[in-house]
Amino acid sequence: MFSNLSDRLDGVFKTLRGHGKITEANVKDALKQVRRALLEADVNYKVVKSFLEDVQTESMGDKVLQSVTPGQQMIKIIYDKMVDLLGGQHRPVRFAKSPQPTIWMVVGLQGSGKTTTCGKLALHFKKAGRNPHMIAADLQRPAAIEQLKTLGQQVGVDVHTGTGNPVDVAINGVKTATDAGADLIILDTAGRLHIDDQLMGEVSSVKEKVEPTETIFVADALTGQDAVTSASSFAERVGIDGVIFTKIDGDARGGAALSVVKATGVPILFVGTGEKLDGLEPFHPDRMVSRILGMGDVVSLVEKAQENFDEENAAALEDKLRKAQFDFEDFYEQLQQLKKMGPLESVLGMIPGVGKQLKGMQVDERAQGRMEAMILSMTPYERRHPEVLNGSRRMRIAKGSGNTIQDVNRLLKQFQMMKKMIKQMSKGGMKGMPKMQFPF
Amino acid sequence: MREFFGRLKRGLTKTKQRFGTELQETLNQGVPLDDELFEEIETILISADCGVEVAEELSVKVRERCEREGVSKSTDVLERIKAEMVEFLVANRAAPVDNTTPPDVVLFVGVNGVGKTTSIGKIGSHYHEAGETVVFAAADTFRAAAGEQLEIWAERVGARIVRSTHGGDPAAVAFDAVKAAHSRGTQHVLIDTAGRLQSKSNLMAELSKIGRSVNKAIGDHGGHLRCLLVMDATTGQNGLLQAMEFTKAINVNGIVLTKLDGTAKGGIVLAIAHQLQIPVEWIGVGETAADLQSFEPAEFVQALFE
Ligand SMILES: Nc1nc2c(ncn2[C@@H]2O[C@H](COP(=O)(O)OP(=O)(O)OP(=O)(O)O)[C@@H](O)[C@H]2O)c(=O)[nH]1
Ligand SMILES: Nc1nc2c(ncn2[C@@H]2O[C@H](COP(=O)(O)OP(=O)(O)OP(=O)(O)O)[C@@H](O)[C@H]2O)c(=O)[nH]1
Ligand SMILES: [Mg+2]
Ligand SMILES: [Mg+2]
Repeated sequence: MFSNLSDRLDGVFKTLRGHGKITEANVKDALKQVRRALLEADVNYKVVKSFLEDVQTESMGDKVLQSVTPGQQMIKIIYDKMVDLLGGQHRPVRFAKSPQPTIWMVVGLQGSGKTTTCGKLALHFKKAGRNPHMIAADLQRPAAIEQLKTLGQQVGVDVHTGTGNPVDVAINGVKTATDAGADLIILDTAGRLHIDDQLMGEVSSVKEKVEPTETIFVADALTGQDAVTSASSFAERVGIDGVIFTKIDGDARGGAALSVVKATGVPILFVGTGEKLDGLEPFHPDRMVSRILGMGDVVSLVEKAQENFDEENAAALEDKLRKAQFDFEDFYEQLQQLKKMGPLESVLGMIPGVGKQLKGMQVDERAQGRMEAMILSMTPYERRHPEVLNGSRRMRIAKGSGNTIQDVNRLLKQFQMMKKMIKQMSKGGMKGMPKMQFPF
Repeated sequence: MREFFGRLKRGLTKTKQRFGTELQETLNQGVPLDDELFEEIETILISADCGVEVAEELSVKVRERCEREGVSKSTDVLERIKAEMVEFLVANRAAPVDNTTPPDVVLFVGVNGVGKTTSIGKIGSHYHEAGETVVFAAADTFRAAAGEQLEIWAERVGARIVRSTHGGDPAAVAFDAVKAAHSRGTQHVLIDTAGRLQSKSNLMAELSKIGRSVNKAIGDHGGHLRCLLVMDATTGQNGLLQAMEFTKAINVNGIVLTKLDGTAKGGIVLAIAHQLQIPVEWIGVGETAADLQSFEPAEFVQALFE
């Protein structure tokens, strides 16, 4: 279940190896796998359909058909298309022209995370030097006002409340907040169903009266196929300018993001990454796409690797791997290659499945430097024959590189782990990526 | 109960309009029972969040059934689909738990914002109206104003409530509530827990701890623990992972499927029934105390296709 797209496509194309040319029928098979992966990621079935039509056209091109890595080529096409869709209209959240206060009105279905997101926005922009105030215009949910007040206290911003009807509370709130010198007013509204005519009418009139700078639709990353229906109803009936996608700190693939953007044409402004108030981050289309495809940042990694890895080198390494000859010389070489690709941590984070396995390994830049020092303290013979590294040799290496024996042991362990992983990768899912040899 | 069912139907009207009619139109056209038709059936099931796997399996089953029963008209297919879906839900239905020793302690768990607290309010109201005594335990000590929210529900429906301070130990609150129920002879203890994403191992461990603590209180004085996983009908395929992971942390006996008054179909419960044999017990069809309905597979499926 939920195996990643890369594995699936490799499965399709693997059977072709040695059979010569890839045919249109093969591409069709591959597209079926893509369809399945996208549906399992909760991308709306209609969105999937139109997507596949586009991908099919491009995949019939020579680039895929003649490629030695057709699976990867197809992923790249899909990936680029998705990033285009999600990032095409990428823009930062908007502010009103001062001295007008900026007003953001937050709307959405019940429980999507609106109130929490108001608190997060307040904190984020307070830190950025603004003077945010919040208005509690949800008069419906039990203790909704209390909830926003509590968040306001935590952030240290004023929360304006009132009774009666939400339209009046909103109007009065904006007035008092403006008089109190707010330059950013965040308006929380009650959760409502897109088919609830009365409540949709109500939120529309709040919008009409308050004229927010941005009307922000808060959507839940756990949403399935229905995301299209609810988002487009809010877009049509109320009008929305941006989306905040919450709860992406879980393991949902988040295909709903694609559905919502495709259905509304409205950009995603932020993502919610936790229950706590600091769990708000700018939206990165590329990360979202990798997540939907269930493959870490694998595509950027492929690109980075392609930019940085020297083909010949890679071919030689692959050969060694096959013969299980991977040694510390190669390891060192790989460390150097990696360095060119950017911060180690981000590279590791991009490798699907690897992030988890390496948890607790704490590879940071300094650690990388220490690793290099240790390897350089080995004799060439030791580098090529790591199995000879007994206790006294390890001690010598530790001393020579200014590390402890534990550090050397850890390095050896990492080396073994890596060797094992590379072996698995070159056997399994990564086979379509001859240029990707991960030292980790 | 009549009134409940009326509400369900009203809640599901919009649902059925989309889910049912698309398929109905196709079937009424008298199309041949070919690949295309079954693909369309699959698509509809997928659009209801049943998931690809379940959709394919159901479609295969319906096809076999049609062949077995010599169905040749597409207009007769719908009945078979319904029958298969019901069978799917019923065949996988776990045996009801033995619920004889009072108090009946129910732990409500689930991811964030699905409707745990509201469902406790509704179910508490249901018991209260049946003349039974209820105590709520505010074991969500994390989210802002979670205790206040449950308190309002307790007032509304005439339940008692056990609370602690914000940031208090949820296991202790749950324990105290069960003990309080013992000493007062309260029949139902409904425990509200903080929303948690199933991928967060520390929070799942906390849940196990709450379970242990409740069992300890029960061990001392008697009672019976059940756990209901609350799930939002809008949930996509992640719902299956939710059910899997929550089951690992605590023994989940049933599901409360909320927000069925929207356009989402909650098809993920088919996947859950299929893989994990966890039955749906209640459905939520609105935000008020009365918007609760006990789940009946036949009615559920029927209402979708009517
Ligand atoms: N893990 C996680 N939880 C979140 C996130 N955003 C919100 N939540 C949680 O989701 C639940 C619902 O959040 P609320 O802010 O109350 O949602 P709402 O949309 O205001 O709900 P209503 O007002 O009832 O419609 C709470 O438990 C929040 O803590 C997020 O990014 N990650
Ligand atoms: N339309 C509709 N809304 C519901 C239903 N059940 C709950 N809600 C709403 O969903 C929102 C979240 O409900 P809560 O009961 O606070 O959810 P929760 O699971 O306790 O949330 P956390 O404790 O924050 O994780 C509230 O606005 C409820 O009124 C339902 O069946 N239908
Ligand atoms: Mg709210
Ligand atoms: Mg709650």
